[in-house]
Amino acid sequence: MRMLKFLLQKELKQIFRDPAIIVILFIMPTIQLLILPAAADYEIKNINLGVVDHDHSDYSRQMIEKITSSGYFRLRDYSPSFKQGLKAIETDKTDLILEIPAHFERDLVKDNESTLFVAVDAINGVKAGLGGAYLQQIIAEYNQQVRMQWIQAPRMNPQPAIDVTSADWYNPHMNYKAFMVPGILVMLVTMIGSSFASNNIVREKEMGTIEQINVSPIKKYQFILGKLIPFWLLALSVLTIGLIIARVVYGIVPVGSYLTVYAFASIYLVAVLGLGLLLSTYAQTQQQSMLVSFFVTMIFNLMSGLYTPIESMPMWAQWITRFNPVSYFIEVMRMVVLKGSSLGDIRFHIFIIIGFAIFFNSWAIFNYSKRVG
Amino acid sequence: MRQFLIFVKKEWLHIWRDRRTLFILIWMPIVQIILYGFALTNEVKNSNIAIFDQSRDVASKAISDEIAASRYFNLVKNVYSYKDIGATFRQGKIRMAIVFPENFSYELLHTNNAQIQLIADASDPNTANTLTNYAAAIINDYQQSLNQNQQLPYTIKAQVRMLYNPELKGAYGFVPGVMALVLMLVCAMMTSIAIVREKEMGTMEVILVSPLQPFRIIIAKTVPYLFVSLLNIISILLLSVYVLDVPIRGSLTLLMAESTLFTITSLSVGILISNSAKTQQAAMFASMMSLFLPTLLFSGFLFPIENMPLPLQILSNVVPSKWYYIIIKDIMIKGLGFTAVWKETLILVGMTAALLGISIRKFKIRLA
Repeated sequence: MRMLKFLLQKELKQIFRDPAIIVILFIMPTIQLLILPAAADYEIKNINLGVVDHDHSDYSRQMIEKITSSGYFRLRDYSPSFKQGLKAIETDKTDLILEIPAHFERDLVKDNESTLFVAVDAINGVKAGLGGAYLQQIIAEYNQQVRMQWIQAPRMNPQPAIDVTSADWYNPHMNYKAFMVPGILVMLVTMIGSSFASNNIVREKEMGTIEQINVSPIKKYQFILGKLIPFWLLALSVLTIGLIIARVVYGIVPVGSYLTVYAFASIYLVAVLGLGLLLSTYAQTQQQSMLVSFFVTMIFNLMSGLYTPIESMPMWAQWITRFNPVSYFIEVMRMVVLKGSSLGDIRFHIFIIIGFAIFFNSWAIFNYSKRVG
Repeated sequence: MRQFLIFVKKEWLHIWRDRRTLFILIWMPIVQIILYGFALTNEVKNSNIAIFDQSRDVASKAISDEIAASRYFNLVKNVYSYKDIGATFRQGKIRMAIVFPENFSYELLHTNNAQIQLIADASDPNTANTLTNYAAAIINDYQQSLNQNQQLPYTIKAQVRMLYNPELKGAYGFVPGVMALVLMLVCAMMTSIAIVREKEMGTMEVILVSPLQPFRIIIAKTVPYLFVSLLNIISILLLSVYVLDVPIRGSLTLLMAESTLFTITSLSVGILISNSAKTQQAAMFASMMSLFLPTLLFSGFLFPIENMPLPLQILSNVVPSKWYYIIIKDIMIKGLGFTAVWKETLILVGMTAALLGISIRKFKIRLA
């Protein structure tokens, strides 16, 4: 126990006497938390519209006006031909083209039917899908409006109609930041926890100071604990700063309790730090360890459901996400903060993370050898 | 020249003999492109839903079946009260709940007007929106099938064509983005660490007292990484064409030339970082903060730049990956030629020149 105390003292001194580390640990995450959510706004709005109007009728004008006043579309280009409209898509000036054929109004009135052509830049599939759907919705509304001008509306629906209403729970204003901030916070805490811990040990290896520890009577588990506890505390303080920023800057007050967040985070960090230690036992140089932890963090982040929904991934990729501790914490964080889930609701997540923690740490202790080479 | 080549050889041996690092350098991009190419997609499908059916009649059953059969939805649970819906949401089991009121079929056939409520978990706003749209479309189809034979008067039809990516596959947008990410990482981070390492180890002193000019030292450091990166580009392109089915519609030569240019840009960023960093750890964190995240955020492949606040939009212009992403997207996916990307190319050339200029000026031939 006394031995552990000395080790902790040494580690904490080492950390706090390096001003660069303090900056990286506390100021970087703060800045990131202020900038990232502003940048990571994936709401589909401001779709740039290009119009090719061959008809120049009242109807075509009315419809374009209805589309542009909907709030989703911005009229960016008005071309005389489809070919020129396409140029605007090629240069990223517009996202979709609405082509109104000649005699649009005449056909609609005389033949009861008229066809519009829509071409969407589909490189970004979601934007294309939603953009196309919004446009069709508005066109259908306009269609209804035109119909009303010509036919007297019957008192009762002539045909069976289903009225679909939708409700958006937990985030009625569709605030994208409320979704991103908790996730980004998890990412930051993870990055700091795992890569710092792993670098720290490899640095001792590279500097040769680890030999001093190896020849001392310090036990393996004491050494690992001595490395783990300081970073565990640091990561928790980063989490606290993050939660304060979320509350003060973004007005995100968890629906659930902070206690649930901390309870989960403290177990989670043990798992993540264990992984960092494990990586460090395999690396010889800092370059190697950085590269590996970089690689791992990157996969963890992108495969965590932070940016893209996990359900959309193919089955094998979903399996990979199950071995990714980050995905559990992000899910838990969003559940607690937005939906108010309790410890009981997240019990499976907790069991799994405890499993990760035991697995990574025992492997790390097993693999840490006091022998050189 | 001979001295220069000897230096290049020395650097090459550094990389070559560190098999573990080389292994990662070669395999990292391959693993990434496969992983992200397949897994990173914004498409919404297989979303778990619950149905709260209070009427349990022909019509509600038919609609439930239609929805469960679609590839967007995955019916996991039948719930029996609103409270149940809330509990299921809180456990994170479903994304949306569909509520049929009592006497659904009766209302539909007799008053010609029935209601369905879609409750989406809007903590993820985009998915919620997309799911609501999909479900409404399926319900709408069912409704149309009820009154098949009647042709409505004054109908405006819209024919929608998806350009470049008719199947709306996620990989089309992500492959160019991952290319930018990987190149930036490999080139910038690895060179910066390699140079700082010499400082930390003290071997920099040996190099500095050699008769070689500082400028040449820097170039010699980067040449091997340039080759590794080119190898990476080739493997990424092969994978995207043969494994991910992402076509190269434009000229391959142009694509390679632009990629080489971007590699050089990234290498110069790495050199610049190495000039100011003292320890490998600092170099790595500088690379991570100034390269990895900005590339992820500001290249436009994950998040639309036009949604960002104006200061960030302006900031995104100094991120080289943004321009590279546009170039690659134009050449690879849209199949455009040099006339479409000359402006972006010029910007990259300018950035590279500026970065190299600064790093050569700042290169210290004296140790602190």
